[in-house]
Amino acid sequence: MCGGSTGLKNAKQQHNAMEPILEVKTLTMDFGGLRALDSLDLAVYQNEIVALIGPNGAGKTTFFNCITGLFPPTKGEMLIAPPGKKPTKLNGLKPNIVTANGLARTFQNIRLFPNMTVLENVMIGRHCRLSSGILGAAFRNRATVLEEEKVVEESYAMLKKIGLDAFVNDFAKNLPYGAQRRLEIARAMATDPFLLLLDEPAAGMNLQETRELDELIVRIRDEEGISILLIEHDMKLVMSLSDRIFVVDYGKKIAQGTPAEIQNNPAVIKAYLGEEIDA
Amino acid sequence: MFLTFPIMVIKVNTIENIVVWRWKNLFIVGIGVFLLSFVWRYLIKRKEVGKKKAEAGELVKPPITQRVLKEPKFYIPALIAVAVFAIAFPFVFSMYQTNIMVTALIYVVISLGLNIVVGLAGLLDLGYVAFYAVGAYTYALLNYHFGLGFWTVLPIGAAMGFLFGVLLGFPVLRLRGDYLAIVTLGFGEIIRLILENWNEFSFGPSGIANIPRPGLFGIQMSLHSSIIYLYFLMIGLTLFTIFVVNRLQDSRIGRAWIALREDEIACQAMGIDKTKTKLTAFALGATWAGMGGVVFAAKTTFINPASFTIWESIIILCVVVIGGMGSIIGVIIGALILILLPEYLRAFSEYRMLIFGAVLVVMMVFRPGGIISDVRRIYRFEERETTA
Amino acid sequence: MEYFLELFLSGLIRGSIYALIALGYTMVYGIIELINFAHGEIYMIGAFTALIVASVLTMLGWNQIAIILLASVVAVIYSSAYGYTVEKIAYQPLRGAPRLSALISAIGMSLFLQNYVLLAQTSDFMPFPSLIPEFKFMESYEHIISSPEIVILATTTLVMIFLAFLIKFTRMGKAMRATAQDREMAMLVGVDVDRIISFTFIIGSATAALGGVLIASHIGQINFYIGFLAGIKAFVAAVLGGIGSIPGAVVGSLVLGWTESFFTGYVSSDYEDVFAFLFLVFILIFRPSGIMGRAETEKV
Repeated sequence: MCGGSTGLKNAKQQHNAMEPILEVKTLTMDFGGLRALDSLDLAVYQNEIVALIGPNGAGKTTFFNCITGLFPPTKGEMLIAPPGKKPTKLNGLKPNIVTANGLARTFQNIRLFPNMTVLENVMIGRHCRLSSGILGAAFRNRATVLEEEKVVEESYAMLKKIGLDAFVNDFAKNLPYGAQRRLEIARAMATDPFLLLLDEPAAGMNLQETRELDELIVRIRDEEGISILLIEHDMKLVMSLSDRIFVVDYGKKIAQGTPAEIQNNPAVIKAYLGEEIDA
Repeated sequence: MFLTFPIMVIKVNTIENIVVWRWKNLFIVGIGVFLLSFVWRYLIKRKEVGKKKAEAGELVKPPITQRVLKEPKFYIPALIAVAVFAIAFPFVFSMYQTNIMVTALIYVVISLGLNIVVGLAGLLDLGYVAFYAVGAYTYALLNYHFGLGFWTVLPIGAAMGFLFGVLLGFPVLRLRGDYLAIVTLGFGEIIRLILENWNEFSFGPSGIANIPRPGLFGIQMSLHSSIIYLYFLMIGLTLFTIFVVNRLQDSRIGRAWIALREDEIACQAMGIDKTKTKLTAFALGATWAGMGGVVFAAKTTFINPASFTIWESIIILCVVVIGGMGSIIGVIIGALILILLPEYLRAFSEYRMLIFGAVLVVMMVFRPGGIISDVRRIYRFEERETTA
Repeated sequence: MEYFLELFLSGLIRGSIYALIALGYTMVYGIIELINFAHGEIYMIGAFTALIVASVLTMLGWNQIAIILLASVVAVIYSSAYGYTVEKIAYQPLRGAPRLSALISAIGMSLFLQNYVLLAQTSDFMPFPSLIPEFKFMESYEHIISSPEIVILATTTLVMIFLAFLIKFTRMGKAMRATAQDREMAMLVGVDVDRIISFTFIIGSATAALGGVLIASHIGQINFYIGFLAGIKAFVAAVLGGIGSIPGAVVGSLVLGWTESFFTGYVSSDYEDVFAFLFLVFILIFRPSGIMGRAETEKV
């Protein structure tokens, strides 16, 4: 782990050279009288693994929900710039359009399609990259048949990559917990994202599973070139994985920086009351 | 708690209007309920034991229906037997029976349509009969005013069903679960009430009579042969429906429907357009109801709004749920049972609806998943992939 | 103005009757998320029980006040017993099963009860004695509102206050609210959920029966089919107000009552139901959870 100011400087210089692929400015979200997010700024750059941490109820998941179009934010601007494509504003887009634009997410409390098979779950992820319609489905023209074959192949390849190929035909609801979390990642990956949003991917996992997850996330970044923004409570995982960390508390950003900086930041330690910062 | 049960049933049953006391009824009902409650408790206990076994991880044998469906050894001869039976039916049985069978087949077709909406996409539609009425009135009115024939109107009826599906579906599909159910119920009633009251348009409660049966290249047919003709026409239409619905189920759209039923939010997060997907399911279901309606009008040669009450919607929904939601074979069996059962229960005449209601309850209590539950398609091509 | 007042009152009365039935729907829905299709039948059975008791007592020559009180009490007890039994037979075994299965079971129950009464009591409309006495002091207002109507309004209000009290302040009410919010959690903290559900059915059936008695004596005739129609209307009212919400059921019922009454009075009676349903669709499009319903935000 590189710490200290030189590392930060390098990172900053590197970033100055290019535009962030996700940039969020003064994002604010009110629920009735409660301010869940308070003018939050955040940026993610190409090929980064960024972590969003903070105590429970700090507004991390709300942040995800705003970016992915589930909640309309009260104020603020959200921009994406997929590599090689022109920037798009996310404000006001429906969730499915956000996904089509290359942001994919997983959920904190697993939301698979329980009564569909593992393969089908991944195939659903491919949905927005396919085009066959009703008539094609009914009369199975050649294009549809080919497309279907391709989907099955691609989805299966994806399962292999994530290490779930043994379960292809099992119902999603019958998978062990850790495998369900991984299936969520596989399903999100199937949508061809450039940025993957993981909401507590290690929650409920044992040590062994967490270690595998760590490797998997790094592999996704290195081999697929997908940047990652994750919410996580497992500090060990966060510290070993992340390039940069954002800390939120009560909807406000209280710190940002490299793992080493965050570990020594008094505001962060205060927010956590000193707990769990012994990575 | 079961002790209170017989007592209650008896008393209400005993008195008729003012003077008639029927002690005999009291006696019969009392004994009957007493015995039944034992049977009931025994069955419930058995069900619970079965459940515990399943939970304990003991191997529960897959139900026989499922095994039959999985083994080609079984289902191919079964399919042939069904085909032979279907072809021979109108020649072996009487015209009356054939007529009933045509009705049952119409229900098979529209139930398969509703299965798309309820079984696959998970949208509870209690006003499905509206689209059935749209189809029937399309044929009746187009024939009355313009003399259009059955074959011309069949696609028009389907298109009208689709159109109404889109029109009615568009404003309401934002609603969730039971709100959707009640709004569709509302639309169903609205259409029926309009048909009933708008005399200039629909001829009101008296309906439209003398709707011609379907023709075959202008050949004149006797009543008998035209019913046989209609029967085979329905067999054809049923096969067509099964063919299309089966393919839809396994397609990109079909998968999206099921995913939508399973988890709406996750579905959107996976890039599926919720509104569009719901609308296609709703409208496609309506299309089949439209077609069924055209055939219905042609079969009965007379329609009026009384054929399209909410009970009709409910019966069709029962077919789908009893048969097993999302399962094509289940729905077909469900339709045949639910439509033929009341017909053959005519022997019990006045008790038939009573029995029908009881059967629904008992079915649901002991087989909540429907006749054919758990049948899910398995993608078999993976084996090939692993070797590749 | 007089005409307006008349329509207003008739809407109010209609609405309060719907409310008595809608309350049962909404309470059951709030707790087990089931559209209890048999609820209308319970109401019909309440009316029939009252009819039978009243007929017998009239033959025995009791006085009117005693008859109406006794008939109502018996009707309430019987309907509650029916509600309880229906729940035990048709719904309790289905807890945890797909929701549609429970719905079909409810439909089956509804069919069964309808036909059971049909067989036992024939399908004819039966004259229902007008049980509610004419009050002396009401005579001067008779042209605007009749005594039975006053009784209906008063009863509905009382029932509503009673229910509100029950749910807000009693132990049972607290347990009901807990069960409605999270059944498993309620179970964990020691609420006997099965008992709460039975209790809800009993209360719901009792109010429905009261409604049955009042309406039957107001309209003057009943048959086996009244439950279904009234059930649908009351259900619409419950959804209109926001299903699961008790004040919502009352508001929805009143709004529906007034809508129907004014529409019939000023426009046309042929399309009364069409308008009622269109109104429902319209409201739900703009307020997808009903008038008083809380907008559900699903936790993500």
